[in-house]
Amino acid sequence: MTFDFDSALKQPRTNINSKGESMSIDQQSYMTERMNGRSQPGLPSSSAKRLARGLGWFSIGLGLTELLAPQAIAKISGVSNRRTGLIRLYGLREIASGITIFAQNNPAGGVWSRVAGDMLDLASLGAAATSPGANKGRVAFATANVLAVTALDVVCAKQLSTNGSNHGIHASGVCVVNRTPDEVYEFWRRFENLPRFMRHLESVEDLGGGRSHWVAKGPAGMNVEWDATIVADDPGRVITWRSLEDADVDNAGAVRFEAAPGGRGTIVRVNLEYSPMGGALGAAVAKLFGEEPEQQMDDDLRRFKQVMEVGEVVVSEGTLLGTGYMEQRPAQPPAASELAKAEQLPSETMTNFPSERRGMTRL
Amino acid sequence: MRANCWYGKTIMRVEEVPDPQILNQQDAIVKISSTAICGSDLHLYNGFIPTMVRGDILGHEFMGEVVEIGREVRNLKVGDRVVVPFPISCGNCFFCRDQMYSLCENTNPNAWMAEKMFGHSTSGIFGYSHLTGGYAGGQAEYARVPFADVGPIKVPDHLSDEQVLFLSDIFPTGWMGADMCDIKPGDTIAIWGCGPVGQFSIRSAFLLGAERVIAIDQVPERLQMAEEGGAETINYEEENVYERLMDMTGGRGPDACIDDVGMEAHGPAGVFAYDRIKQAMMMETDRPHALREAIMCCRNGGIVSIIGVYGGFADKFPLGSLMQRSLTIRTGQAHVQRYMRPLLERIENGDIDPSFVVTHRLPLDEAPRGYDMFKNKKDNCIKVVLKPDWKGNGNGASAKDDNYHVIH
Repeated sequence: MTFDFDSALKQPRTNINSKGESMSIDQQSYMTERMNGRSQPGLPSSSAKRLARGLGWFSIGLGLTELLAPQAIAKISGVSNRRTGLIRLYGLREIASGITIFAQNNPAGGVWSRVAGDMLDLASLGAAATSPGANKGRVAFATANVLAVTALDVVCAKQLSTNGSNHGIHASGVCVVNRTPDEVYEFWRRFENLPRFMRHLESVEDLGGGRSHWVAKGPAGMNVEWDATIVADDPGRVITWRSLEDADVDNAGAVRFEAAPGGRGTIVRVNLEYSPMGGALGAAVAKLFGEEPEQQMDDDLRRFKQVMEVGEVVVSEGTLLGTGYMEQRPAQPPAASELAKAEQLPSETMTNFPSERRGMTRL
Repeated sequence: MRANCWYGKTIMRVEEVPDPQILNQQDAIVKISSTAICGSDLHLYNGFIPTMVRGDILGHEFMGEVVEIGREVRNLKVGDRVVVPFPISCGNCFFCRDQMYSLCENTNPNAWMAEKMFGHSTSGIFGYSHLTGGYAGGQAEYARVPFADVGPIKVPDHLSDEQVLFLSDIFPTGWMGADMCDIKPGDTIAIWGCGPVGQFSIRSAFLLGAERVIAIDQVPERLQMAEEGGAETINYEEENVYERLMDMTGGRGPDACIDDVGMEAHGPAGVFAYDRIKQAMMMETDRPHALREAIMCCRNGGIVSIIGVYGGFADKFPLGSLMQRSLTIRTGQAHVQRYMRPLLERIENGDIDPSFVVTHRLPLDEAPRGYDMFKNKKDNCIKVVLKPDWKGNGNGASAKDDNYHVIH
């Protein structure tokens, strides 16, 4: 199941309340589908992939025909019989394109090679039209057909490439928390808790009515802000949200809670998506997500788990400035000046679960 | 405060660093009265563990007095005398609840590093590279101790530091090595390595009911200490270990074998050279000679308990022997918190006095020389205890050899 965040961002922004009651069943299942955590950034949508597969089979079929029956092809397209050698070569080219489409996870390259082949075909047909042995009517018919296929190829290739490179910044992650789904949901639902474990967030303020104001940290003290609204809210199961229209950065997020088997806590799945954008702002947002958004998500979820299970973010001397290789500092107590720069300081707030904390057993 | 810091392969320096302070509300600050050098510190010292940063404070065997506690600490108060276990464990995650403290899910902020190396992360450990969290260690005047309600245990005043200090690591570690053998009355246990952990495995095996313990090493004073603990010994430089063990056990082999050696094993010259060269060429990280031998020697259906530290990948591992002969491998970093209380009781009721293992006591300032002595087994060194409040000669590593602050 693939979740397309781009479409989520483009969805109408009106029919929403904090309980998600006004959502249609379709939307609900759509959100649920999105939450299954199987969306893969950078991979094309399934419809474009289906089209590519069709074009791939077309390539192979046409290629085989050109290779095995070049004279029939010459006759149909009104080209001189002397061109069979060239037609056979084009057949090989078609087969190669087809194989490329099937061989790659993202068939964009194969489809673009078809586009290049279409250009060759058109050029050859153009040349044939002026040659003496040609049947002009049939050449024109063949050219129209090639043009139609070319249009299809271009559309498909563009779709595949767009999905591949401009999908925005996506991060997903999963963790198990030793708490019930309701407890974990309650904590997450209070969005103002998120900055306690999400390193890139400065603050989140609840504006009421399912709306919230988010401030994310940018480089050089620059902040990125937006208002967000809850899209779906199913207590103990799922929360999804997305930014409102005048956001600095279009974004959407979703978290799903699922009881782990055997009552062993809750499996938490998170997806975040920040829409594509250009310019300095885009660079700033990319920067605040780091080069490895998945890595940052893993760190965020680890801190989330800490807050849920032990009440605060756990700090070590060596990771006060961050957990990346280059951010490690010596494992010795920080001077006051270093402490002031610390990234990983725990919040002053403890999340207490008095009934359960310190319930550990000892022999 | 003064602290023993790592600056590269075999380079340690005792220097002035900032005093620790409470960073988490469940922290305590401990003023250290005794701290030891562990055999596993030598893996860091020798540069075999990656992710070290120049300036890292080492040390994970320490005890002392609580001088400050965070707001959320309930079980300790200022003035308590405590021993601190080496794994840092939260007490609330899935693994802590199951008493597998060294697998705590919440105490390694650098879990991603460990995940890359091991597939999953283990708990944080004091002063033991950034792979295990990047926590400042205990070879210092003070240490910050996270999860003060879960780790440290209070110890009674009538027991000396050296009687209880090793509850922090090597006694529970040696004990767990033996505990994993499921020892039944009449069992014969073979133990590779007579370093400090091996010494505790020997005594633990007897306390757990072993009939016979056979200890293997090549260092005379360590073999002697093993014999003092009741073990029969094999010097692998003088005898073929397999043949001798088969002879001693009527050809069946020991019921369980404990690897108390780990990744830097020595052995017969040829095998050692093979592994050492591959290790130097980064073709394997661990030299598993002792483990290979333990597997080959163990009786059919027996248990091989690995408590010596391994860090990465080993070569020529006798998987066929393991599988064909129904062997069981049990292993893990010690779940120290699980064993501290019962073992403290063993100490209090006189079953064992762990201070037997100490051969050298040095001021903290002379920690670098302590590492050198311990590594090179100089002056019959088996275990070094560092005393932060002893006055050193002030020049640490360059101290003259005739100036040892040694009490035998």
